[in-house]
Amino acid sequence: MGVTESPLVACHDCDLLQREPMLPEGGVARCRRCGAILSRNHPRSSERALAFGLGALLLFLIANLFPIVGLSLGGDFVQTSLLGAARAMYRHDMRLVAALVLATTFVAPLAQLLALLYLLLPACLGRRPPRARLVFRGLTLVQPWGMLEVFVLGILVSLVKLAHLASVVPGVALWSFGGLMLLMAATSASFDARDLWTRLEAAR
Amino acid sequence: MKGPASAARWHLATCHGCGLLSRTGAGQAARCPRCGTPLHARKPDSIARTWAFIVAAAILYVPANLLPIMETSSLFGAQQDTIMSGVVYLWVSGSWHLALVVFVASILVPMAKLIALVILALSVQSRARWQPLQRTRLYRLVELVGRWSMLDIYVVTLLVALVQLEALATIRPGSGALAFGAVVVLTMFAAMSFDPRLIWDVLERDDG
Repeated sequence: MGVTESPLVACHDCDLLQREPMLPEGGVARCRRCGAILSRNHPRSSERALAFGLGALLLFLIANLFPIVGLSLGGDFVQTSLLGAARAMYRHDMRLVAALVLATTFVAPLAQLLALLYLLLPACLGRRPPRARLVFRGLTLVQPWGMLEVFVLGILVSLVKLAHLASVVPGVALWSFGGLMLLMAATSASFDARDLWTRLEAAR
Repeated sequence: MKGPASAARWHLATCHGCGLLSRTGAGQAARCPRCGTPLHARKPDSIARTWAFIVAAAILYVPANLLPIMETSSLFGAQQDTIMSGVVYLWVSGSWHLALVVFVASILVPMAKLIALVILALSVQSRARWQPLQRTRLYRLVELVGRWSMLDIYVVTLLVALVQLEALATIRPGSGALAFGAVVVLTMFAAMSFDPRLIWDVLERDDG
């Protein structure tokens, strides 16, 4: 490889071998055959992802400590949090469904956030955390299973269905889940695995 | 510059974790030297695995749509709801926009996803050369929208937790919910097993 030439990359969708163009700030390189995004040059992507991730973790705590929604009808009042809802499914002998709900709305997002912060916080300070490879591998495995944005839509649909039946009282966690969804999206959008590994390599 | 060349032809593989391009040796347990993610020139047994998940999902698709996903018992009697009757209920009660959202997420997306995966697997197996770009886009779409089918599982979970109003109304989950959840998970696995690079491999060989 020539010293002056830009590095070779292969497209992850069609495997075309190509030279990576020099990107201006904020630029995005796409595969010239299939259009997949090869790389982006967003300045301070790791710092941004870290900031969004810390905010998301805070909202995650609030979203799971408070009830999402309450229902009142003729003196009866029922309210539920995310964990309470999963427990209700478990008690109705739907253990696998309860596990699926718990995995996609609680375990996966939490694991994703913790892994990101574990890698990003030292990386932004110029250090390399121990077992970075293992944690990164866990992060890539868990990423497709976090479905908080779908859950938020599920809350909205349930609210509409319930509004016909009784008066619905939105809880603190309803708004927190909405904000959490946005912060998670912002975290994933800013996170750049290449930038992270460039930093981790430099720190070694 | 010569014609298009895939990284695999040069015994190079791109890491799906961190994007680093590295050499794939003869060794089976190749890992990315930077982040440790296992490296494959192509996903192992991609087509066979994709088919296995498609078939399993297609079988479960039947009970997922026929069995009730929840049972409501109230003062006015008991009622069983399937995915489709839930959509009809929303439509009749005037929330047609939500009915549309649930219809797309719960009925249209799983079916379209299965059909799209069958088209992709068949086209790769028959070494088809048509529209590789469109087929790659189709694959990206399948990966993007698949998760939204979980919508109904969440709705049932929340309703079951909330509608426990002793004398007035209670909602219990139905066995359809289990089958439906399984369909969503299996189609996600099917999409993860499929390797879009196989679409382009056929075009490659003839150029060289």
